Amino acid sequence: MTGKDEAELSGLLRAAIAGDERAYANFLHRIAALVRGFVRRKIVQGGVDPEDVVQETLLAIHVKRHTWRPDAPVLPWVYAIARFKLIDAFRRRGRRIEVEIDEIAETFAEPETETVSERDINRALEGLPPTQRSVVSSISVDGHSIGETAAKLGVSETAVRVSLHRGLAAIAKRFGRQ
Amino acid sequence: MRTEDLIKALDADAGKEAMPMGKAWWLAVCVAVAIAAAVFFTTIGPRPDIMPAMHTMRFMSKFVFTLVLAASAFALIRALSVPGASTRRRMAWMLAAPLLVVLAVVLELFVVPQADWSKRLVGSNMMICMTFIPLIGIGPLAVFLGMLRYGAPTRPVLAGAVAGLLAGGLAATFYAAHCFDDSPLFVATWYTIAIAFLTLLGAIGGRLFVRW
Repeated sequence: MTGKDEAELSGLLRAAIAGDERAYANFLHRIAALVRGFVRRKIVQGGVDPEDVVQETLLAIHVKRHTWRPDAPVLPWVYAIARFKLIDAFRRRGRRIEVEIDEIAETFAEPETETVSERDINRALEGLPPTQRSVVSSISVDGHSIGETAAKLGVSETAVRVSLHRGLAAIAKRFGRQ
Repeated sequence: MRTEDLIKALDADAGKEAMPMGKAWWLAVCVAVAIAAAVFFTTIGPRPDIMPAMHTMRFMSKFVFTLVLAASAFALIRALSVPGASTRRRMAWMLAAPLLVVLAVVLELFVVPQADWSKRLVGSNMMICMTFIPLIGIGPLAVFLGMLRYGAPTRPVLAGAVAGLLAGGLAATFYAAHCFDDSPLFVATWYTIAIAFLTLLGAIGGRLFVRW
């Protein structure tokens, strides 16, 4: 099953890099479910909300996707990022943990669905400059397209894309500094 | 914000991709070499007798050490800047340069009479060595730390230290063309101290600046 996962997911990411947007959304959904399973299993005591780590990992995967080599397997890359972000989350809360480097256990992580609560990402979003904040929340929370957002805010689509790009990069950076 | 919503935003931002790491690393090395060369040639420059010196084993051996160090550090840092890449074999290659130096030191101790050992070790310009290797290497180190920020090292302190070794190997290669002390005893002592300083600086830089 994991061999098939690996092949499908690396295929999806390759397609996404080639410009296939649907493949990218599909890739991110499946990665989110896998990472959620991994993180929940690793967080046995409380203190860290698994979903925060999932979101942080997705953002890191997004802004660092140029570090994946298209001829390399994608799952070890994903789990290395997830493990790094998990350790980081514990460190920020003043706790030291050892996340063992055990590839086999990771490949058995079951996909899991999201639970809703107050998120770290909301604080990062609120810290953005107003334009970036309204663009990011229009596209994410309100589910508008780039074109709809441009019309709603009365700016060009290019400006929306730039604000979105910068806003997401700033959120990713802020996560790491909390 | 729900994760579902975040994915919508990430998906909308899927457009143009940044330069792949492999290409970016080669570009970074070119920039670093250019900076090191500029500092070297505008300050100390090569020694005047470089042509005859190139026919001696001791002079040429310095470049073997420094280039092997730079090459092995370059291979390792490229792996360290990418999450999940295997580094074990590249780590092992980091032993190559120190082993070559140890070998050369042993040979030197055999060839040179004991009375001359300390003279060879102290040499004639260790202060220049310890000043100029860090001075030539600091620009390249900054470039490599910038590359680590661009990448995604999951062990930033280690990656920063290796950036220091790479900058040190590069700087020492230039400096070796200036230095009159060709004995492996001198190289093993003063070059090592100078490169260790850059390595420490790199580790600190990795801790402080390489966040992602």
